[in-house]
Amino acid sequence: MTAALKVIRAGLFDTLQDLGRTGFMALGMPTAGAMDRIGLSLANALVGNPASTAGLEIGVMGPDLLVEADSVRIALVGPLSPALIEGPDAAPKPLDSDRSHLLKRGQILRVGMIEGASTAYLALAGGFDLPLFMGSLSTYSRAGIGGFDGRKLAAGDLLPLAKTSVPAGNERRLGQPFDYGSGPLRVTWGPQEDYFSEEGRRTFVEAEYLVSKEADRMGIRFEGPTIAHAKSVDEGGADIISDGIAPGAIQVPGAGLPIVLMADRQTVGGYPKIATVASVDLPRLGRLLPGQAVRFTAITVAEAEALRRDQEARLQRAIAGFVVARPPGGIDLVRLYEENLIDGVVFDSPWNVTSKPSSAEGGTK
Amino acid sequence: MSVRYLSCGDTAFTVEFGNEISPEINGRVMALHAAIGLAREAGEISGVIETVPTMRSLMVTYDPLSTSRADLQPKVDALIARGLPADAGSRQVTLPCCYDDPEFAPDLTEVAERTKKTPEEVIAAHLASPFKVYVLGFMPGLAYVAGLDQALFLPRRSQPRVRVPRSSVAIAMDMTTIYPFESPGGWHLIGRTPLWMFDKRREQPVFLSPGDSLSFERIDRRSFDRIAGEVEAGTFDWSSLVKSK
Repeated sequence: MTAALKVIRAGLFDTLQDLGRTGFMALGMPTAGAMDRIGLSLANALVGNPASTAGLEIGVMGPDLLVEADSVRIALVGPLSPALIEGPDAAPKPLDSDRSHLLKRGQILRVGMIEGASTAYLALAGGFDLPLFMGSLSTYSRAGIGGFDGRKLAAGDLLPLAKTSVPAGNERRLGQPFDYGSGPLRVTWGPQEDYFSEEGRRTFVEAEYLVSKEADRMGIRFEGPTIAHAKSVDEGGADIISDGIAPGAIQVPGAGLPIVLMADRQTVGGYPKIATVASVDLPRLGRLLPGQAVRFTAITVAEAEALRRDQEARLQRAIAGFVVARPPGGIDLVRLYEENLIDGVVFDSPWNVTSKPSSAEGGTK
Repeated sequence: MSVRYLSCGDTAFTVEFGNEISPEINGRVMALHAAIGLAREAGEISGVIETVPTMRSLMVTYDPLSTSRADLQPKVDALIARGLPADAGSRQVTLPCCYDDPEFAPDLTEVAERTKKTPEEVIAAHLASPFKVYVLGFMPGLAYVAGLDQALFLPRRSQPRVRVPRSSVAIAMDMTTIYPFESPGGWHLIGRTPLWMFDKRREQPVFLSPGDSLSFERIDRRSFDRIAGEVEAGTFDWSSLVKSK
C-alpha cells in the first residue's frame, strides 16, 4: 500500500521547497527554494533528513492533512498558533512546533495559522516520493514546475511519501528558539549604488520601510520614503542593461520604492539595484509580514560572509543540541533524568542518540 | 580592456565588461562563462555555484560557506588575464517558423506598414537576419536574440497584449524572441514556431542557450501542423535543428 498525505483542506500558499534549483539560471530558470532556509533545515534535522530534502513551505495559513501511511514522523517549525492533531477516535489537541512527532494512519494534522511571521515548514522523515525537476523539488509555480504538479497544494492532492512507515523512537525538539537576529537588515552596497544620488543612498539607510501587501515568493515591495536616482527617469536613471539578480537584490524602479527580490525572482532584470541583503538576513526577511517595519544598514561583503558563516555554525550547534522531546501526554523519563539529575545532556547529532555530558552550548533548557 | 566587479551581496558578484550591447562585449561574457565552467571542471575554482551571462556582464554566484569574494575574484581575474577564447563552443540553430497564417502573425501587416515594406519583405529580412542568443531570462527559456535586420527596428507596442500564445515569434527594438509560455507581451507577433522553447518533459527543458547563433526557416501551415504534432507527442528530433560550428 502506498504511503501518502492527503490534503483535505488547502492552506493559502503551500508549496514544496528544498534549498533551490541551482545551475540553470543561465537558461532563465529561477532558483526558487525555501524563503527561510533555516526553518526548513531545522524541520528536516528534527526528523533526521538531510538538509537538502524538500519540505512543505507554509505561507500564512497551512493545510489540513490526513495521514494515509502506517506511520510518519513529522516536524513543524515556525510560530503556529498552534497546529492541532485529531482522529481517528480522538478529539483535536495541540501539537507543538519545533519538535518531531510520530503520526499514525487516519490522524489529521491541522496546521492552522502562523502567528507573527509569514512562513513555517513541515518536514517528513524520508521526504516525498516525487520526481526531481532539473535536480530539485522546489516548486516554481509561474512556470508550473517542480514540487507537486508545479503548483501550490489543493484539496484532494495526495502527496506520496518515500517511506510507508517509520520506526518508533525518541522524538526530538529544538533546545531553544533559533535567533534569526534583530535590528536593521544588513545589506552590502551594489551592484548599482552609483545609479543613486548621495541623498538617495542616505534615505535608503536612514529611513524606515514597511513591508507592503505586495509581498510574495518573488519579491517584497516596501513602502516608505522614495529613494532618489542620480539621473532622472527620463534620462534613463532607472534603466540598466539587464544583468543578473542575486538573492536579496534590492531593485529600485523609477517610482523610487525598494523591492527586495526573493526565491522566485527572475534571473535577470533591468532596474538598478542599490544594495543586496546579506544572506544571513534572508531567512528573517522571508518570514516578514505585510505591515512590519524594517531598516537597512550597510556592511562590507567580507562582514556579510563572516556573519553567514557564524549563522551556519549556530545552526549546526542548534541541531547538535536537539533534546529528547516529552511524548504527548506522558512522562518522559529520559527528559526527567536530563533535566533533574544530569542537567544538560545533549545529543551530538540528531542521528546519534547516545547522550554525553553537557557542552558549552547546553541546549536542554 | 578592463572589467568592473560589482558586489551582489555575499553570495554573488557581477563581472561587467562594458556598458553597451555589442557582439564583442557579449563574446567576452560568453568566453568567461565558458572559462569558469572549464576551471571548475579542472578543480581550479571551487565554491562557485553557477554563472549567469547577460548582454554585457557575467554574474558569478558562490557559496560563502566554502569560499569568499576575496578568494574568488583574483581567480576570475587570472582567467581573464590568461585570455578568453572567442565564441567558445557556440551552436548554429535553425528554427522552423510559419509566417503565413494571420492567426500566427497578427502584427505582420502593421510591421510592414510601419517599416514601409511589403509583408514578404519583412519575412525575408527576418529570415536573413544573423541572430545570436544573448541572454535567457525573465521566464525560463525566454531568449533575447539580437541581430535583427536594422530595417525592422520598431519600439514595443504601445499597448501590450494580455495574452500572447506560446511559441509566438516576435520582434521589438533590435531583437527577436520566441515566447516559451502563453504570457502577456508587448512585442510584434510576425510568426509562430511549432517548437516549444520550454518543454518540462524533456531532459533539457530549455532548448536555446546563450551564445547560440540562430536563424529561421520558413515553413507552411501543413509542415507546422506536422511538426507541432511531433512536438506534442514528444517524438520530434530536436537534434536535427542543431549544427556545431
